[in-house]
Amino acid sequence: MAERKLPAPAVSAETQAYWDAAAKGKLLVRKCTSCNQLHHYPRTICPFCFSDKTEWIEASGKGTIYSYSVMRRAPVPYAMAYVTLAEGPRMVTNIVDCDFDKLKCEQAVKVVFKPTEGGGPPLPMFTPA
Amino acid sequence: MSIKGKAYIAGIYEHPTRHAPDKSTAQLHAEVAKGAIEDAGLTRADIDGYFCAGDAPGGAWPMVDYLGLKVRHIDSTETGGCSYLIHLGHAAEAIAAGKCSIALITLAGKPRTSAMPPRAAGAEADFEAAYGATTHNAYGMCAMRHMHDYGTTSEQLAWIKVAASHHAQYNPHAMLRDVVTVEDVLNSPMISDPLHRLDCCVITDGGGAIVVVAPEIAAKLKRPKIKVIGASEFIKTQMGGKVDLTYSGARFTGAASFAEAGVKPSDIKYVSIYDSFTITVLIQLEDLGFAEKGKGGRLVQDGNLIAGTGKLPFNTDGGGLCSNHPGNRGGLTKVLEAVRQLRGEAHPKVQVKNCNLALAHGTGGSLGLRHGSSTVILERE
Repeated sequence: MAERKLPAPAVSAETQAYWDAAAKGKLLVRKCTSCNQLHHYPRTICPFCFSDKTEWIEASGKGTIYSYSVMRRAPVPYAMAYVTLAEGPRMVTNIVDCDFDKLKCEQAVKVVFKPTEGGGPPLPMFTPA
Repeated sequence: MSIKGKAYIAGIYEHPTRHAPDKSTAQLHAEVAKGAIEDAGLTRADIDGYFCAGDAPGGAWPMVDYLGLKVRHIDSTETGGCSYLIHLGHAAEAIAAGKCSIALITLAGKPRTSAMPPRAAGAEADFEAAYGATTHNAYGMCAMRHMHDYGTTSEQLAWIKVAASHHAQYNPHAMLRDVVTVEDVLNSPMISDPLHRLDCCVITDGGGAIVVVAPEIAAKLKRPKIKVIGASEFIKTQMGGKVDLTYSGARFTGAASFAEAGVKPSDIKYVSIYDSFTITVLIQLEDLGFAEKGKGGRLVQDGNLIAGTGKLPFNTDGGGLCSNHPGNRGGLTKVLEAVRQLRGEAHPKVQVKNCNLALAHGTGGSLGLRHGSSTVILERE
């Protein structure tokens, strides 16, 4: 099967640290120190309490599949998913390196980092744990 | 202040085309505008309010220029496919506030001829686009989780398409007029699990328009009086990562519009429900209160949405699943068929008897990522 080419993610000034960490194999989550809640995708101002007291924390990289859909019509099929991180937030991602026909909601997964085109930062994706 | 009874739909028009490589998008806007204004028995010079969304080439002011309008109120709220239902509510608000008295809403697009221009990216794009998030797989994830949580089946989703196809056979303009079976849907190619090709709406060129007027204008026109009695809007988000794919913004807009109209789901004789995919219909029907959460599959199965035999006739023009989804935006046509039903102008084979109360609901954006919602309730006076 042809290799799926991943476009480099757009990187904004607000999210540069997230992608720099991904390049080092670390998955970051944004935490608000005012309301102590974690959110994703990361924002400087907390989407829950609107405090500007937010910081990066390193996630464990463990999670479960909340939902998924295998894009069969793509030139190289891929599994779109939401993963519920062990820390709480659900993130848009892909499930990779597995038999797509055996995926299930609530299945345990762990983070892996996949290179993108043009030397962009790698994308955090997940594979069955 | 409520908009209940403050505005009437006087004119509607749906472009008969489903493929228009020989026309410009602005031209389609003008053709549907002309059709709706003439349907109302008005003239272009009567229009004093104009509403359009992201499909209008260049936005509101180039369209006003192209159409040769002279308006004192404009609104280019953009929430994807449900924009035009929100426009209808906003038109009623503007009319109630005296900002205009005859409002025109237009939609047109040509995605069948060529890909629509991409929407400007939001801040979330860094975290979604590179993963290959698309309309199909985002709705697929909604369906997958609904099946996981509630036991909804592909057969139940297929019944939604089957019902739409039963209606489309009577619509000479529908893109797909063949009646299909549950097996046909299940045997069609898988696009993005668990959605098959026949779970997806059509891609068509075309458009439509609506003319909304003040009560004193409606009283002078020779068209049936279709009154706006409830309208609402909402944006459902990912809630900072507290994502829940099993419900939509219809949970909020349905409740708000029913409260404003002073009616309940069991009073509604006909529903136009946004049908980008079969799962869209099922989730919205639950959220609007036509079935308990998780029991939408039982509501839609066994032909229950088919006019004449089913309990809840829906999308009697064939909807987006079979007839038309102009510009990849299905909200405006939802209003059009609701008005036809209330006027008694639907095809005789699908006309709902004594149809005095109808609901039109739209979703714009992506049910699986973030979306706008709007519910409009209409009454024939």
